[in-house]
Amino acid sequence: MDAILSTRNASKSFGGFTALKDVSVSFERGKLTAVIGPNGAGKSTFFNVVSGAFPPSSGSVLFDGKDMTNEPPHAFARAGIAKSFQITNVFAELTAQENVRVAAQAMTSRFQLFRSREAYPDLIEKADQLLERVGIGHRRLNRARELAHGEQRSLEMAMALASDPKVLLLDEPTAGMSPEETRQMMDLILRLAEERTVIIVEHKMKLVMGIAQKLIVLHHGELLAEGTPDEIKAHDEVKRVYLGQGKPAVTGRTAA
Amino acid sequence: MSLAQSNSTVAPTKRHWLVTARQYRFPLTLAFLIVFPWLMPYEALAVNILILGLYALGFNLVFGYTGLLSFGHAAFLGTGAYACGIAVASYGIGWFGAILIGTSVATFTAAIMGVLAIRTRGIYFAMVTLALSMCVYYALYQMQWLTGGENGLRGVNIKTISVLGVELPFINPTVKYYVILAFVATAIWLFSRLLASPFGAVLEAIRENEERAKACGYDVAHTKLLVFIISGAICGLAGALNALHLSIVPIETLHYITSGQAVMMALLGGMGTFFGPFIGAATFLLIQDVASTITSHWQLFVGIIFIGFVLFFPKGIWGSILHWLEGR
Repeated sequence: MDAILSTRNASKSFGGFTALKDVSVSFERGKLTAVIGPNGAGKSTFFNVVSGAFPPSSGSVLFDGKDMTNEPPHAFARAGIAKSFQITNVFAELTAQENVRVAAQAMTSRFQLFRSREAYPDLIEKADQLLERVGIGHRRLNRARELAHGEQRSLEMAMALASDPKVLLLDEPTAGMSPEETRQMMDLILRLAEERTVIIVEHKMKLVMGIAQKLIVLHHGELLAEGTPDEIKAHDEVKRVYLGQGKPAVTGRTAA
Repeated sequence: MSLAQSNSTVAPTKRHWLVTARQYRFPLTLAFLIVFPWLMPYEALAVNILILGLYALGFNLVFGYTGLLSFGHAAFLGTGAYACGIAVASYGIGWFGAILIGTSVATFTAAIMGVLAIRTRGIYFAMVTLALSMCVYYALYQMQWLTGGENGLRGVNIKTISVLGVELPFINPTVKYYVILAFVATAIWLFSRLLASPFGAVLEAIRENEERAKACGYDVAHTKLLVFIISGAICGLAGALNALHLSIVPIETLHYITSGQAVMMALLGGMGTFFGPFIGAATFLLIQDVASTITSHWQLFVGIIFIGFVLFFPKGIWGSILHWLEGR
């Protein structure tokens, strides 16, 4: 297996609370992998560790064969890992176009102190193309804060794509979206997955069952299971902790 | 309400005239500053406003454009003034060289303070910069042999300057204003270019959302440090010009009250606006000029007006005017 991103025995504690325990997983190059788990499974912590927002307390993160464990967040982005956040995270006062343009600019050389932004029309063109692609091209001159929630999520997706990332990390990309917007977003993610590695961290299992090639299930901060959607569906432990949610309490809970 | 909503879904098609005006902000500002002395009761006041306006502008780069509240910018105005003044008074260096020396020393001071302070945030950043600037204050206060200590530095006398072989009387207020304007204009031209550059875009991004800027791949700490140093250089230039203008450097230049003045002027004028710092400096000094003839407690007036603005016009004078024009 050709792993592009992997964790080795990654753990993360906050004070006395261990949010992530000894997780070793690999993401295969070019595949769409979903990380799922019930509330409090450690999904967000896992997302932050593999996207470089904070380093694991112990263990390591490897990207493309390179140890990234203690690299700062911007180094992850520069290496080719782009992310979209669970909570909408855009530059509110800037136009949609400028949001994407500045994201694209991050991958170019940085020390042009006295040349105008307009001297780089390729970045503006790229921003416009990406906005078209995520379906909000008509909103490019509006400030980000003027966009509807679904549009802001699309904008974030365009910003993530602006760096031409090798890996696209999405944290609950359809959170708070209408069914119609959700469908459009999933279509977009499927199209993007044809060209690059996509990792989705998702709470709703149904949403990713149909599209993911591989699933990783976290529970109580630990790796519970990994495999194809069919394998996960048939997995007893997963059924018990995840699919069985809402049913009467299961007796004889096994230690994970 | 429904009209406003339907408006917001339509992409703006026509460019607002303010957008065009913004592209010409440097020539517009320069034109204003050229006629400015005629609008003032006397020229020395115009020079004061010009210099403190530059100081507030440099401060605004860090405060308004990057979102860092520094309470230590007096250190840059002060070291710029002292280095320039000492170069003239003690070493007999020419006016132009002295300005370069002042600006360089302030830039160096900003680099050291920046390295020490930049990793802290919010109120901690304000406190660290304040503490470091007071270290500079006491250090120069103690170096009496060099700086004159509590009496301030005296004898920064430049009577004439020669520009391309032409002797100009620097003691003539009009000549002084336009010589200083040449430096201020150069600084604000570079400043304007900087804001319009891709680097300026990064500053906006950091101010808007630091976490997002990091996720985009920007080295935020490094960028902030660079901004802090550039800001220090601009304030250092203002300090050097002020030393030549006043012929003395009072020790109060380095005091944290001077740092507070930068905050006040930037807020009064409008943080994060290009022209606001000059409006802020003009307002501050005009209130001082008028109120100090009535009472020695003139700061009371400044304080009341300042509080009024913070409470009711948080965008400042220029910021509120721009906001009003944009809405039309």
